[in-house]
Amino acid sequence: MTTATKTKMQAVTGNQAVAEALRQIDPDVIAAYPITPSTEIMQRFSEFVSNGKVETELILVESEHSAMSACIGASAAGGRVATATSAQGLALMWEMLHIASGYRLPIMISLVNRALSAPLNIHGDHSDGMGARDTGWIQLYSENAQEAYDNSVMAYRIAEHVDVRLPIMVCMDGFIISHSIESMQFLEDEDVKKFVGEHKQIDPLLDFDNPKSIGALVLPDYYMEHKRAQHEATTKVKQVVLNVSAEFGKKFGRDYGLFETYRLEDAEVVLVALNSAAGTIKDEVDRYREKGVKAGLLKPRLFRPFPYDEVGDALKNAKAVCVMDRADSYGGHGPLFMEVASALYPHRQGPALFNKVYGLGGRDLMPHHVDQVLDETIEVAKTGAVKMIKEYITVRN
Amino acid sequence: MSTTTKEKPVTLKTLTNKQDLLSGGHRMCAGCGAPTVVRQVLLAIDEPVVISNATGCLEVSTCLFPYTAWRVPWMHSAFENAAATASGIETMYRALRKKGKIKKNMKFIAFGGDGGTYDIGFQALSGAMERGHQLLYICYDNGAYMNTGIQRSSATPFGANTTTCPAGSKIPGKLQKRKDLTRIMAAHNVAYAAQASPHNWRDLMTKVKKALASDGPAYMGIVAPCNRGWRTQTDDSILLSRLAVETCYWPLYEVENGTWTINYDPKDKKKPITEWIKPQGRFKHLFAPGNEWMLEKFQQIVDEDWESLKKLQGTFGR
Ligand SMILES: Cc1ncc(C[n+]2csc(CCOP(=O)(O)OP(=O)(O)O)c2C)c(N)n1
Repeated sequence: MTTATKTKMQAVTGNQAVAEALRQIDPDVIAAYPITPSTEIMQRFSEFVSNGKVETELILVESEHSAMSACIGASAAGGRVATATSAQGLALMWEMLHIASGYRLPIMISLVNRALSAPLNIHGDHSDGMGARDTGWIQLYSENAQEAYDNSVMAYRIAEHVDVRLPIMVCMDGFIISHSIESMQFLEDEDVKKFVGEHKQIDPLLDFDNPKSIGALVLPDYYMEHKRAQHEATTKVKQVVLNVSAEFGKKFGRDYGLFETYRLEDAEVVLVALNSAAGTIKDEVDRYREKGVKAGLLKPRLFRPFPYDEVGDALKNAKAVCVMDRADSYGGHGPLFMEVASALYPHRQGPALFNKVYGLGGRDLMPHHVDQVLDETIEVAKTGAVKMIKEYITVRN
Repeated sequence: MSTTTKEKPVTLKTLTNKQDLLSGGHRMCAGCGAPTVVRQVLLAIDEPVVISNATGCLEVSTCLFPYTAWRVPWMHSAFENAAATASGIETMYRALRKKGKIKKNMKFIAFGGDGGTYDIGFQALSGAMERGHQLLYICYDNGAYMNTGIQRSSATPFGANTTTCPAGSKIPGKLQKRKDLTRIMAAHNVAYAAQASPHNWRDLMTKVKKALASDGPAYMGIVAPCNRGWRTQTDDSILLSRLAVETCYWPLYEVENGTWTINYDPKDKKKPITEWIKPQGRFKHLFAPGNEWMLEKFQQIVDEDWESLKKLQGTFGR
């Protein structure tokens, strides 16, 4: 039973969905700088500002480095802050991403995933998000516009939770989701406002009764304690994500956890993939199920912090697992693969595991590509033998 | 949008009862000009003030965990972004004030060294000034990257010996003249831009008051001698800041809404540049045989800049 008002389905782009969430949340300050494919979020938001639909103060900065710096200043000052970016923009922020998390500032980035240069490319892959995986930000990945919207609505509840107080990235695939029109359901403005709630600042900078110094030099005598405390905070994220998602599900009827499982319960051959590819994979899982193959999917939602125990448990009974990475770690395995491999290490008598890199620079992942991967996974399940641990697919030789 | 401000000059009497907002016990070097500059700046302000500080000597030496020398809200986030961080703080202030969550009238100051201002922070500074935030950016200018060990910046004077432009047998120190950032800031059409020096505290503090009272962004460049980098005596920093002004290497002037005013004109008492550079070890090689051309060139640079500043006053003065 949901308690909130149901709105009708609407056809929107992913960017539109996220911009709408930002309008409903109405953060105190937003910093904006254009980069394809996230630009549209801030264009739409600027229209809200120009037309008085939000109270937000917009800072039109001169770079993404300054965007994140301004977000850090604004968030420390004492309010709710957001920005949106992609690829090179996130890369330019890199220095400041660590500072945002080190200062425990619950800033939100709407990250529209795009390939990193070089070569220059504007299309969707996860190299930007994966490049920021060790910056101390919480990362939620989203399959479609609906999930990007819902994750955005939940983001501050997670990031601002007293046990957490960490910045958060809500990710969706560039173009494939950001620019495609699909039908989804918005929540009522009032419901979003109520769900997100008032921002409560701990230790605001703009407090003259208790003047604070933020950003001290911390030498070897204390640095490690700071980092350890930051790690402690990330260990609290999982439970907060579960609680906030449960509350969201109860109120609005859409259920989210740490990851989504699709026909995974009894699955013998399993694919693991983030974001939009999961949609295509679900269709193919259905077709293989019809053929009598026990196929399934695990789609991580919370990538940072990574829920190792839960993912390990969910995959341990499979016979073969193929982890599909839309990003690479040159000279290493795919970043998602490395996490899944860690998660499965305690269950190393369990499934055979291998890695496919797909979709870089926005290359399509078609149903027949998924079929090829599923076929190989079936083969591996049968023989237990993995030919090559990491391999590129849909690529010229 | 901006209005000219009429700030009363500061008197010693009004200052005696004020608390220093940068406490003693910080770890800046003995004889460093920067904390003197900061204390003068903070003494000039009556309203609550929030500081954004770029990475550099001032930052690392005044807030070493678990201590802080700052009695006002203070924030450091990185090296190149004091202006951008201050933009965010000031914008949040406006957002919260609009919503009635903050009632106090607050002022915002960003401090950066010359490296953090002229070089790596230049873009963020330009952006913040162009956007029109209500904040004052102050560069305490010691003419090099001092915190990392006296490397050349674009504020380093012609001829100076630094660790990255050492005076060698082939290249005699820095070959380029200093970037004139105060004029570049004036060209942003900011509400207020000025140069000041701690030897003239009255002028410096009046300028801070004017800057903070003006309607829009403001910039101040303040010379801050560094005995480690300049290779001078620890008790010479005020003398050297005075000589920088009296030789017209560092003229005191201000640009208020496009009106240029030179605040100190030595007229026929203008001292030769050698008076400023002679006591400084970083210029020692300029006095070696064969480098006479460098002394001549340095004097020529100072003279040309001074004449062009006077022209600006002549054209755009009152
Ligand atoms: C992005 C980045 N590059 C380099 C540094 C190293 N660094 C820290 S302080 C500093 C020098 C600061 O020089 P300046 O701004 O002139 O201030 P000063 O130390 O002279 O007061 C440098 C190069 C840094 N912290 N961040």
